[in-house]
Amino acid sequence: MSEGFIELDNATLRYPRSDTPAVVDISLSVPSGGSVALVGPSGCGKSSVLRLIAGLESATDGRVVVGGDAPGASRGAVGVAFQKSTMLDWRTVLDNVLLPLEVVSGPTGFRARRAEYRQRALALLERLGLGEYAHRYPWEMSGGMQQRASLCRALIHEPDLLLLDEPFAALDAFTREDLWGLVQSIWRERRPTTVLVTHDLREAVYLADTVYVFSKGPGRIVHREDIDLPRPRTVEGTFEPAFVEYVQRLRGHIVEVRDIDAGRATTDAKEPAHG
Amino acid sequence: MVDWMLNRRVLPWLVTLGTFLLWEGVVHGFAIKTFILPPPSLIATTLAAQWEPILQHSLQTLMTTLVGLALAVGFGVVLGLAVGASEKVYAGLYPLMVAFNSIPKVALVPILVIWFGIGTVPAILTAFLISFFPIVVNIATGLATVEPELNDLMRSLGASRLTVLRKVGLPRTLPYFFAALKVAVTLAFVGSVISETVAANAGVGYMMMVAGSRFEVPLVFAGLVVVGAMGIVLYQAFEWLERRLTFWASRG
Repeated sequence: MSEGFIELDNATLRYPRSDTPAVVDISLSVPSGGSVALVGPSGCGKSSVLRLIAGLESATDGRVVVGGDAPGASRGAVGVAFQKSTMLDWRTVLDNVLLPLEVVSGPTGFRARRAEYRQRALALLERLGLGEYAHRYPWEMSGGMQQRASLCRALIHEPDLLLLDEPFAALDAFTREDLWGLVQSIWRERRPTTVLVTHDLREAVYLADTVYVFSKGPGRIVHREDIDLPRPRTVEGTFEPAFVEYVQRLRGHIVEVRDIDAGRATTDAKEPAHG
Repeated sequence: MVDWMLNRRVLPWLVTLGTFLLWEGVVHGFAIKTFILPPPSLIATTLAAQWEPILQHSLQTLMTTLVGLALAVGFGVVLGLAVGASEKVYAGLYPLMVAFNSIPKVALVPILVIWFGIGTVPAILTAFLISFFPIVVNIATGLATVEPELNDLMRSLGASRLTVLRKVGLPRTLPYFFAALKVAVTLAFVGSVISETVAANAGVGYMMMVAGSRFEVPLVFAGLVVVGAMGIVLYQAFEWLERRLTFWASRG
């Protein structure tokens, strides 16, 4: 198999001052321009894998390679969006979106291309339906709009790698579905290699080429599902049998790992002396 | 809107005026001697009659207070950033700083006088020493409570620690800084006046000391009123700045 844009080989991450590792023996490969989703129960270490790929943590064991290099090695190659929109409240929406460009091009580089960058940011905001909010402050907007702004900020510097950590989890269903469509169309245009962490199996199947199912305590990959559905996918399509079948199958795997966890919890509770 | 106008514009004057009236009434009603508690009317006439020396001493106190406060801001911000950014500095320095802050600053004035002589310098230093602590604590708190996601965001972009500080840490800390500044400015007045009371030859504290020893009690009270008024004015000035610079923190 050829080397993917993201390669994890038996990567293990153990946080300092923690007895059990967050994730163990994670092996996954994402081709350049591909899109994967990581799903699993809460606390299964999906976000930890994302942090490894972003270069925010380094693997305790195993290998993590992004774009043929150590993760986080090249500046401005990553765009991230979190569940919380993490807008800077003292900046207008436009200036929030410009932040990655300021960081990536440095103060002098940014000043030299300021006009061009502004145009780019305004166009992107327009595209995500925030054109008229460019000069407003984040706290004047709804959660859904803040999350759109957060997506703009993740995309503005045209990163090769897009990391989405449950960015739609706190939104209402309709807003969420709108944003799926937007993310898909931008992904199809620019093809950043995308890793999405989510609880929502429909979201995972909608957006990803491949879905990895995690178990917890410690986090491991227990299943890999390739999603062979035509693009572009639509919200209507999520109710068609082929789509539903994928969702059901993934759900089955998650129920399985949850049952194992639950079973382990009850055994532990019954036999504390042997622990 | 009318309510707001009433609260912000009218109430402060109303309550202050009411307090003075009550004070005036109590003094006359209980026939309290003016060298025990002078009525506000007598304090006012004293202020009017001796405005020239009072003004001179007040300017001296204002100067020492502001210089002391400026030192406290400079020192407090730098130290606060260090404490907020580094767990090592925090762990190492905090006990010492708390211990130092627990020392009554009036006890330090004689030492400062031995080192720097009687006059302006001990007043400035006392104002500085008494007012830097809240600035350190607040700056450190502001910096230490930056959302972890914001740090992650900046780090994922490859931002240096200095860039993270400039773009996130400092602006995020600004509301905390102003909160500290408003406490610090009133404390700085306490510091400079205390020092002037103990060892100085100018300033409101010195003027009150001398007036007290001559039983010119209305002049002592005039000094208190002036210090209070200067405190209010500076506090208001900082609040005005705060509203302009950190409007985003109070959400409009």
